[in-house]
Amino acid sequence: MRDRKRMRLVVVGHGPAAHRLIETLDGRGFDGTVTVFGEEPRPAYDRVALTSYLSGKSVEDLTYPVPDRVTLRTGVRVTAIDRANRTVTTDAGDSEPYDVLVLATGSAPFVPPVPGRDLPGCFVYRTIDDLDAIRDASRDARAGVVIGGGLLGLEAADALRGLGLDTHIIEMSGWLMPRQVDEGGGSVLRGHIEGLGLTIHTGAGVRSIEAGPDGRVTSLVKPDGEAIEAQVVVFSAGIRPRDELARDCGLEVGERGGIVVDEGMRTSDEHIYAIGECALAGGMVYGLVGPCNTQAEVAAERILDGSAAFTGADMSTKLKLMGVEVAQFGAMSGALDVTYMDPVGGVYKRLFISDDATTLLGGICVGDASPYNALRPFVGKPLPGAPSDLLFAGAGKASVDLPDDAQVCSCNNVTKGRICAAIADKGLTDVQGIKDCTRAGTTCGSCVPMLKQILVKSGVDVGKALCEHFPHSRAELFDIVNVRGITTFSQLIAEHGTGRGCDICKPAVASILASLGRGHILDGEQAALQDTNDQFLANIQKNGTYSVVPRIPGGEITPDKLIVIGEVAREFGLYTKITGAQRIDLLGARVEQLPAIWRRLVDAGFESGHAYGKALRTVKSCVGSTWCRYGVQDSVGLAIALELRYRGLRSPHKLKSAVSGCARECAEARSKDFGIIATEQGWNLYVGGNGGFKPRHADLLASDLSTDDLVRTIDRFLMFYIRTADRLQRTAAWLENLDGGLDYLREVIMEDSLGICAELDAQMERHVSTYVDEWRATIEDPDKLRRFVSFVNAPGVPDPSISFETERDQIKPVLIPLEVTRT
Amino acid sequence: MTILDETPALAGHWTPVCSYTDLLPERGAAVLVGDRQVAVFRTFDGALYALGNLDPFSGAYVMSRGIVGTRNGEPTVASPMHKQVFSLVTGVCADDPGVAVPTYPIRVTDGTVEVSVV
Repeated sequence: MRDRKRMRLVVVGHGPAAHRLIETLDGRGFDGTVTVFGEEPRPAYDRVALTSYLSGKSVEDLTYPVPDRVTLRTGVRVTAIDRANRTVTTDAGDSEPYDVLVLATGSAPFVPPVPGRDLPGCFVYRTIDDLDAIRDASRDARAGVVIGGGLLGLEAADALRGLGLDTHIIEMSGWLMPRQVDEGGGSVLRGHIEGLGLTIHTGAGVRSIEAGPDGRVTSLVKPDGEAIEAQVVVFSAGIRPRDELARDCGLEVGERGGIVVDEGMRTSDEHIYAIGECALAGGMVYGLVGPCNTQAEVAAERILDGSAAFTGADMSTKLKLMGVEVAQFGAMSGALDVTYMDPVGGVYKRLFISDDATTLLGGICVGDASPYNALRPFVGKPLPGAPSDLLFAGAGKASVDLPDDAQVCSCNNVTKGRICAAIADKGLTDVQGIKDCTRAGTTCGSCVPMLKQILVKSGVDVGKALCEHFPHSRAELFDIVNVRGITTFSQLIAEHGTGRGCDICKPAVASILASLGRGHILDGEQAALQDTNDQFLANIQKNGTYSVVPRIPGGEITPDKLIVIGEVAREFGLYTKITGAQRIDLLGARVEQLPAIWRRLVDAGFESGHAYGKALRTVKSCVGSTWCRYGVQDSVGLAIALELRYRGLRSPHKLKSAVSGCARECAEARSKDFGIIATEQGWNLYVGGNGGFKPRHADLLASDLSTDDLVRTIDRFLMFYIRTADRLQRTAAWLENLDGGLDYLREVIMEDSLGICAELDAQMERHVSTYVDEWRATIEDPDKLRRFVSFVNAPGVPDPSISFETERDQIKPVLIPLEVTRT
Repeated sequence: MTILDETPALAGHWTPVCSYTDLLPERGAAVLVGDRQVAVFRTFDGALYALGNLDPFSGAYVMSRGIVGTRNGEPTVASPMHKQVFSLVTGVCADDPGVAVPTYPIRVTDGTVEVSVV
C-alpha cells in the first residue's frame, strides 16, 4: 500500500480534464501534495462555453475554482520529463519531483500546410487568448473565413458572425458536421445556416491564403481559383494530441499521435498517467468533454488505489448551434431506417434499426432534437414504440420506462440506476439534490428535464404544492388570483385550499395580492397575512426590536437629509450602520417608536426603503458620467429613475439592482437580479445574478438598448418572473430552472412568443401609477397605528425585556440567557 | 356578548386585558399581566387563545407577532423569529415536540377579554 501522506502528484496541463482530476481527488480526501503546471496565463476554464466569452461572459465566469491545497503555476511550461529520477523540468528553469505524474496536455488545433497559413490575420480557435486576438483583428475587418465545417468550426463561424463579419465556411467533405450528421441532415443544417447569411463551400479545400501590401491576410483562394475576401481566417480542421513530452521521454505513443494508455489511464510508465485529448485510449483520442471527464475520474480513482476503468464512451451529442438543434446518438447507419425530412420547416430526423426491425441502433436529428433524450438510452435495446411515433416523441415521453443502465447524463456518465439510488438513499426531493449528489445535469444541462421526470417517477412529490393548505404552485396561485380577480386570502383558501393557512402560504398570497395591486399590505384582513417584517414595515432583530431603512434612491442623498437621519438616530437612541446597498440602517427601535420615527423621516421627504419586504430593495449606482472621468452614461440618473419606478413592487423574493456607468462595473451590477452596464451606444442588461449563499453572475440578456427599450425589457422581465417563480425563488434560481433558459426568456419578453407582453406591460403600468409610500399611508391611518404598541393593555409601556449596553459608542442588545424547557 | 371559552377549573384570578374588538381575526397581541408577558390570539372562527409571549428558541418576547394558521386542522402560531410552529391549544411546538410554551386560560366577559395567570 502506497503511503498517501507523502505522495507528490504533479499534473502537466491545466484544462478541463486536469480540473476534473484535481477536483475529484480533492473531493475524495487525497492527502498528498498536488502541483499543477498550466501553460496558459490563467487557471482552467470551461472550453465548451468558450464562444460565450465573445458575447459577454467574463473570464471569471468561465474559470473553474481551484481547490485551496493545490499549488497552481500558470504561465509555466514543462519542457522535459526525467523518468529515471522522476522529475519534470520547466521553462522557468526549475524542476519538480513527482511520485505520480499526470499528463493532461490536451491537444493543438491542426493547421493544414497551406501557403500563407502563418500570415497576420490567421488564427486558431481554442483559448481565451485566441478569442481576444480574433476579436481585435475583427475590429477593422469586413469578412472572415472558417476552415473546417465541423462542430468547432461552426462555433467559430458563429463567433465571427457575432463580431459582425461577412462569414464563409469551407468544409472538405460533402456536407457540414460530417461526424455528427449524414448527408440529408447536413443539407437541412446548411439551409438553416445559410438562412443566417453565412456562405458555405462544401467539398472544397484551400489552395492558398493571400496577403495585401501591408502583409496582412486579404483573401483565401480555393483550388478552383475562386478567391474569397477575408481579413480574418480561422483554422478549425481538427485537433492533434499534444504528446511531444511523452515522445521525448520514450513513452509509447500511437502511430497517428496520442499517448497510449491502458484501461486505468496509465501510460507505458507505471508512474505516469495521461488523460483528456492527449491520451490514446483503446485506440481512440476523445475530444468531447464527457469522455475526458470520465478519464479524469478513472485516473483519480486509480491514484487513490481504486480499480475504475475507462472502456470507451458514448459519443452521442446534442447541441444547439446558431439556434439549430443537432443531435446524434448510437450508430450512423443500419439495415433499416425511418426518415422524416421537412426542408421547409428545416427538420430532419432519421432512426437506424436492426434488420429484424426490433432494435434501435442510432439516430440523427437536425432542427428538432426532442427525440434525443427519450431515445438515446434505448440504443442497442428493443424499440420502445412504433418508429414513426418515436420520431415525434417529445423530450422524455418514453423516459418513464428507461432501463436502469441507461445513461441519463452523458457529460458525467450518470445512469438512471445511479440517480434512482441517490434519490432513495439520500431522500432527495429536487433536481438540485441530484446535481449535488451525482453531478448529473451539471455540465450541459440538457438532461435536467429528464431528472425531473425521474424524480416524479420515483414517487417524489416534486413540491408543486405550496404547503398543506394549497395543492398549487405559487405560479398557479398567481394565475388563479389574477384571472379570477380574487382580492382576499379568505376567498382564495375557501375556494381553492383547505384549513386556514400558515406562515408559508399566507405571506406568499399576500405578496401575490400586493404584486397585482390589491391594496395597502396592512388593509383589512391582508394585515393578518404578513410576516412580522411586513406587519411592522421594519426588520425584526434578534432581541425583538426592529430596524428602519429609509429609501435613498440610487444611493444619492443631500447633506440636509443625511443630517435628518443622524438627528433621528440620536433622538431615538438607534444604532446606525451603512448597508451594502448604499443606504443607512437604523437599528434598535421598539414597535411603539416606529410611527414617530417614520413621521420624522416622512416629513423630511423620506419614504419606506422596503428593506423588510420581498420587494425591490435598492438600485445601486456608481457616480457615472456626471463626475467620473471614465463614465460613458449617467448611471446615477438611471438608477434613481429605475428605483422610483419599481419601488414597492412585491415579488417572490427580494430584488436587487445596480447601474454601472462604464465597463469598469464599480456598481457590481452583474451580482444583481437585474444589472445595467453603460456602453457607448446605450445600456447592456444583465439578469439573474445574486450574491448571497450561492453567488451567480447575471447573464447578458440584451445589448446597447436605448433607455426606453431598457425600461420596457426590465418591466417585462420583472413581471414575468413575479408571475412564474416559486415562493422565495430568486431570479438566479428561477432563470436556471426556466425550461429553455435565457433564449426562452428572450423569446417571451422581447419577441412576445407567448403573446403576454401587453398584459405584462399593463400590470407594471398599474403598479407604477398606484404606488403609495407604505409608511406615510400607515401614519395617516389611526386604525393601523393602533397596532404599534408593545402591549395592547398598556400602550405607553415599553417592553421591559429589551435592554441595551454600549459598544464602540453605540447601543448593542443585551440578550436574555436562554433556557429552552424540554418536557 | 357570550362567553366563548371558559376553563374554570384552571382559572385562578381573572385579569381583564383588552376589549374583544381590540383583537383582529388571525392576529395576536401582547398583554402585560403583572410582570408577565402573555400573547393573546383571536382565530378566524372567533375563538381566543393565550400563550406565553417568550419564544423559547430565540429568547425574545415576540410570539404575539407570529402568523396564525392551522396545521392538520389545529390552530397554530409560527414564531416570527425562526418560524417554529406552536399549537395554540397545547403550546407544544409542532416542529420539536420536546419544547412548549405555557398556555393560559382566557375568556370574554361582557366584551372584555380576561386571562388567568396563576
